[in-house]
Amino acid sequence: MRGYAGKFIDINLTNQTIKDYKFSEEDLQNYVGGRGLSVKLLWDRLGEHWDEVDPLSPENILTFFTGPLTGYWPGARLCISGKSPQSMGIVGSTIGCELPIELKCAGIDGVIVSGRSEKPIYLWVTDDKVEICDAKHLWGMKGIDFLKTISKEGREILKKDYQNKREVKEPQSVYIGPAGENQVRAAAVIGKLSHGAGYGGYGAVMGSKNLKALVVKGHGPLPEPYDFEKTLHLIKELTNNILASDFRRRWGTSWFSYHAGNTLSAEPVRNWQEEWHDEKTQGCQWYEQRVWVKRYWADFGCPTGCMKLSTPKIGKYIGALTDNPDYELMAYEGTNLGIFTPEENVYLSSLVDDNGLCGIQGGNILGFTAELFQRGIITREELSFELKWGDADAFAKLIELIVTRKGLGNILAEGTHFASEILGKQKGLDLSLYNITTKGIALGAHGIRSGLDYPHAISYALSSQGGDHTSCAYLPIDHPTSELTVLLNDSGVHCNFNTYPTGTRSKLFEFYTAVRGWPMEKETWYNTDAKRIINIQRAALLLGGPEVKWRSKIDDINPKRFYEPLPNGPYKGKTKTVEEVDAYIQEYYSAMNWDQNGIPLSQELQRLKLDSVDKKIGKYR
Amino acid sequence: MEINTPFWIMRDHIKCSGCRRCEIACSLKHEGKIWPEASRIRIFMLFPGLEVAHLCAQCEDPKCIKSCPVEAITVNLDLKCVNIDNEKCIACGNCIKVCPGHIPTIHPTKNSALICDLCDGNPECVKACQETRFNCLYIVPRESSSQYGLFAQTPEEVSKNLAISLFGEKGKELI
Repeated sequence: MRGYAGKFIDINLTNQTIKDYKFSEEDLQNYVGGRGLSVKLLWDRLGEHWDEVDPLSPENILTFFTGPLTGYWPGARLCISGKSPQSMGIVGSTIGCELPIELKCAGIDGVIVSGRSEKPIYLWVTDDKVEICDAKHLWGMKGIDFLKTISKEGREILKKDYQNKREVKEPQSVYIGPAGENQVRAAAVIGKLSHGAGYGGYGAVMGSKNLKALVVKGHGPLPEPYDFEKTLHLIKELTNNILASDFRRRWGTSWFSYHAGNTLSAEPVRNWQEEWHDEKTQGCQWYEQRVWVKRYWADFGCPTGCMKLSTPKIGKYIGALTDNPDYELMAYEGTNLGIFTPEENVYLSSLVDDNGLCGIQGGNILGFTAELFQRGIITREELSFELKWGDADAFAKLIELIVTRKGLGNILAEGTHFASEILGKQKGLDLSLYNITTKGIALGAHGIRSGLDYPHAISYALSSQGGDHTSCAYLPIDHPTSELTVLLNDSGVHCNFNTYPTGTRSKLFEFYTAVRGWPMEKETWYNTDAKRIINIQRAALLLGGPEVKWRSKIDDINPKRFYEPLPNGPYKGKTKTVEEVDAYIQEYYSAMNWDQNGIPLSQELQRLKLDSVDKKIGKYR
Repeated sequence: MEINTPFWIMRDHIKCSGCRRCEIACSLKHEGKIWPEASRIRIFMLFPGLEVAHLCAQCEDPKCIKSCPVEAITVNLDLKCVNIDNEKCIACGNCIKVCPGHIPTIHPTKNSALICDLCDGNPECVKACQETRFNCLYIVPRESSSQYGLFAQTPEEVSKNLAISLFGEKGKELI
């Protein structure tokens, strides 16, 4: 067993117990780490009564897992998972930061948190101790204040460990802002300044446990790979391939924004009413020339540096700090709100980051609310201000309402899906047309109607992670874009973006074999191991939770709006028809060995040794 | 190729991406492992985005040498850097205290201080930084100047300046 540090930490906040936990070698081999291993753990511990578990109750389990390739594959990430308060299923939500390196250097592969602390706390993890610490002084802090405080306090503690003899590095943390504390379902777990694990809503789960942050400092080496020489050789080879893809380095995903809007007709504009625009100020060159202050910002081991640091230099938003923004936030805090200038986009992105909202989930609610305002469904009186497309100050006020759950914000804080149901009932209207989510999860900023961007007609409708733009359902299932492939990156746990340059993804299995020593075959992954994990995720969605149970087939559907014709641009009139999508859905069901209603076949679950899953979902057949 | 004439490692902090490939390279060279805490160059991130490469400034008049009670630190005259004799070093921390930038560090498990030895003239950190084309670190010929010692700054000092350079007034609040 190589590539793993060797133990997990299992913490119950209700009883204040801290224990070591070990997965069997067989589980490590089959479920890898990160997302895969979280799915396994969650199912083993909660599967028996999955449908009864309230994701925001002490019973829910939150995982912060690394994987065997974390720190080796260029671009380290951490995977956060649990029962999702957005989908009631399991989402593997990953975040680029150095915390997973600190964990592995502390000899720990991951942290499991259950229960609920009575008072706000944070977890302090070093090589030889794990402590539950009072977070009274941190509670209520936004991101920037939290980071400043924890960096100073953490270093003071660590300095003492070294008898003040040397300069100590800051510990690394993942944390929540006010959005998570107030259990806003669109809350992310934040790392660094602005990186968020947003899909799934695990910021709200941390808030429900009164857990402000996980703070870690490790002092040991990374666990040794099985074949060190080969691993180093592969890192070198990948680095060369990554360096050959210079536009990814130079602009990160922000190169995509004008392209997606103008060329592909696939960027959300005004809550997806449109997907085309010709706003050249949304081009990455405008951001680079006006607001970037750091050209390359990387996570551990990454030669890409797709993140950039930005701050407006002129106007009333001077002082706002964020990263690029990347494509998703350029869209969701930009075009989707009718905002097309770098300064305003940076301002709104910085507010979202600082408050601990997910840029995608949060931006989706902002757009949803603005469309309701446009249509007169909600009024100035209800909001206490006008909410017009393109008005950054109005959206800033709306963010404040949602994050603090004031007034209408209290309903919107339930996330787009639940808010559309609650408001619909209150108003006696069907608001589903404006709800751009699948399985409760707001869609990534990649449209499907023009057919030109990478997601397919079924990518969101059938993803085990709902609207997740990385974990797409795709055919063939071993396609690079398929969630069965992305699942490996999320379980690894390493950067997905660094599997895109030519000559990188083809090294995945070789890399796993070099690090873990267990020969890893493509065939076994796609036919068995990946399917095992996806089938558990599928079952969790169908079983659902107290708030919602997703109906197989009926809820395997795109947002209603995605069946409307595109209203403008070169692909005006293009859309997906229900028939077209349905035929594709049947094809996917059969590729996954699910029946014509989308329920995994009993013999398939038996083959995957998922008897308990088979038993639980048998009632749906 | 080893460089035998004195040179200096330039650090252009604004260009540090925070990828830590320098730490990886340094620890691989000196420890045979990926071990950031045992690296002689260390990336501090007192606030995200303000990554600071902290490594020996190769002062003209290294105070660390005189501070050592066991004479474990010597000047390498060829390269103009200092070397630590790990056998002699007692990890008392004096060299760290007297260094204006508190740059030397202590190995996390061995009883010894760590200072950059320029990899005998072929520094791995520079190679790693050049390989990724971030170019925060690069080699310049050493000239007769007292400037070098001024780069012995604490991580706080560099971070504070960097914050202002990047963010102006707002930067004053960050560190």
